[in-house]
Amino acid sequence: MSMTTEATINELATQKYKYGFTTDIEMEEFPKGLSADIVRLISAKKGEPEWLLEWRLKAYEAWLKMEEPEWARIHHPPIDYDDLYYYAAPAKAQPKSLDEVDPELLKTYEKLGIPLHERAALAGVAVDAVFDSVSVATTFRDTLAKAGVIFSPISEAVREHPELVQKYLGSVVPVGDNYFTALNSAVFSDGSFVFIPKGVRCPMELSTYFRINARNTGQFERTLIIAEEGASVSYLEGCTAPMRDENQLHAAVVELVALDEAMIKYSTVQNWYPGDADGKGGIYNFVTKRGACRGKNSKISWTQVETGSAITWKYPSCILQGDGSVGEFYSVAVTNHFQQADTGTKMIHIGKNTSSTIISKGISAGRSNNTYRGLVKIMPGASGARNFTQCDSLLIGDQCGAHTVPYIENRNASAKVEHEATTSKIAEDQLFYCRSRGLSEEDAVGLIVNGFCKDVLKELPMEFAVEAQKLLAVSLEGSVG
Amino acid sequence: MLEIKNLHARIGDAEILKGVTLTIPNGEIHAIMGPNGAGKSTLSYVLSGREGYEVTEGEALFNGENILEMEPEDRAAAGLFLAFQYPVELPGVGNANFLRTSLNAIRRKRGEDELDAVAFLKLARAAVKQLAMKEDFLKRNVNVGFSGGEKKRNEMLQMAILKPHLAILDETDSGLDIDALKIVAEGVNTLRDETFSALVITHYQRLLDYIVPDMVHVLAGGKIVRSGPASLALELEASGYAGLEAA
Ligand SMILES: Nc1ncnc2c1ncn2[C@@H]1O[C@H](COP(=O)(O)OP(=O)(O)OP(=O)(O)O)[C@@H](O)[C@H]1O
Ligand SMILES: [Mg+2]
Repeated sequence: MSMTTEATINELATQKYKYGFTTDIEMEEFPKGLSADIVRLISAKKGEPEWLLEWRLKAYEAWLKMEEPEWARIHHPPIDYDDLYYYAAPAKAQPKSLDEVDPELLKTYEKLGIPLHERAALAGVAVDAVFDSVSVATTFRDTLAKAGVIFSPISEAVREHPELVQKYLGSVVPVGDNYFTALNSAVFSDGSFVFIPKGVRCPMELSTYFRINARNTGQFERTLIIAEEGASVSYLEGCTAPMRDENQLHAAVVELVALDEAMIKYSTVQNWYPGDADGKGGIYNFVTKRGACRGKNSKISWTQVETGSAITWKYPSCILQGDGSVGEFYSVAVTNHFQQADTGTKMIHIGKNTSSTIISKGISAGRSNNTYRGLVKIMPGASGARNFTQCDSLLIGDQCGAHTVPYIENRNASAKVEHEATTSKIAEDQLFYCRSRGLSEEDAVGLIVNGFCKDVLKELPMEFAVEAQKLLAVSLEGSVG
Repeated sequence: MLEIKNLHARIGDAEILKGVTLTIPNGEIHAIMGPNGAGKSTLSYVLSGREGYEVTEGEALFNGENILEMEPEDRAAAGLFLAFQYPVELPGVGNANFLRTSLNAIRRKRGEDELDAVAFLKLARAAVKQLAMKEDFLKRNVNVGFSGGEKKRNEMLQMAILKPHLAILDETDSGLDIDALKIVAEGVNTLRDETFSALVITHYQRLLDYIVPDMVHVLAGGKIVRSGPASLALELEASGYAGLEAA
């Protein structure tokens, strides 16, 4: 477009990722590469019980026999799994309280806008901060404990609540579900554990902030959230990483369990480093997230705003087992430059009168590729099941791609499945209209895109909706021209 | 003051404006009339900076500055406002949010303080009331599902809030019922002062009963072919444009 726009594009392409700094801190790393010994080392480092080591080793064995999935619309050079570090953590002993956390780390999180001191923290939000392979701080634990809520690093939960972890770990996402879940199960080092007991509404928003810092290190976190009968919780995760030329692997597993009448709302603002404007560097985000609505009238709601990562491969799903259970998936996926996203959901209707809603908004710019891939499966017993799916794609420029791949398997005649899809472009007249009212081109794109995503953004917890809006605008900076 | 001097502009290979010369002193309102396809909307787009129009000759000075070299948003900050002949829909963008974002973008560019949500809402509600619009207009998405007349009124709402120094109204009166017409005229008339001027494009003399122009120009075949006092509009209404096409 105009000359000034081009100038800003170049400027922004190099500047816009403001979380790209690195933290200089002494790290403890295990040798590169993956072997049964590395798995044992990780397990020993965490002082894990024998059953968990066995579990990990089985996962490792399974992984050795598996292949990377190839069905997604993504492309990348082969990953050398022997050239990765599988464990990296700040060298200093794990702090017992916030006052003992390394000041460098506190500074890092402050720079990321996540102050860990409770007095400075966002009101009403408890944070678990995961730095590379370990959790470095968890705030408001006492407040939560009073309500009976457990919110802790998963490695600690393994020690302190082994019966809960053993009961639920791998019960939603089996170890051998796919290549990356097997890998994660073998080497996961930390992540968050949340337990909301019967009848308790969690008094605060819970959030985990994932930060990759170390070079050549994979991050394999594991999150497990359990809401007992009648319990409810809203949980949010955020993610950032330094700007590096080489790609980094992030292969997480998230499992949610909702019992009778329980509700889990899980929101993600994913802003891993996307690579530069030429497609160099960035995170490979290969993530498996699944929630089981085990109880009647339980509800699991996924909301995701995916703006980062060189490649995003994730399908947060719901298994609607309990009668009357509800699954929701609200997604905004933005790709710019050379980013690739293949994301969507699976809604598996098993119980009677189960219902699911899927709203997906894909925005592609630059030379990126953005695919919605979704499965709605109605099992024979799911009488009265209902699904509504809406997939909208917005294209900016003409070198990007948007693809919609909906799979529907309906094996119950009484079920109702609706699917709507649209593809549109930001029209020149919309941009001009906004600019003639004083908005810069970038702000105009931001406004139009936010309008396009409104149905999803309104599902985010209030505190994060504004952040997400800004993030959308920033991710698309330099996309018109 | 707006001074358009020998302005030539083309779209692709077609020359649409073929030497428009026109001066609107501060505080004055001028009307432009002329046959369909004469280039009236083209002139308004060129002045406000829409892409796709190539200016091949001439200039347009607004208070001495050549606005043709400015980005559209900078022209808005300089005080230019175009009420679109066909207002554009922005799905999912709330009207109030759009208005406030615009106003604050302009204020920022001018080095003025931004308005907070409360102050803005007060201003917006007053304007909505003045334009006899329903309050839910502010909550609805910009122009989405608006009737033709509602869209035009919405343009006037934006004008009332952005308070431009130079407003171009491109057939804002088309499709308006008689009450709405009076309200639009009143909207323009309340802005009328030494620091405000307007270019009113219309096909109908009846708007000019309510907004009495200082001058009327006829644009035909890409040129101003005749200019005169307000009474020219009456004359045109009787005789049409026959014989006025540029040679
Ligand atoms: N994008 C375009 N490509 C080619 N020709 C165009 C384009 N836009 C406008 N024109 C032509 O330019 C001429 C002037 O159009 P313009 O819209 O300025 O007329 P107008 O005076 O506003 O007419 P009306 O009274 O009908 O609104 C017309 O002949 C029109 O067909
Ligand atoms: Mg016109």
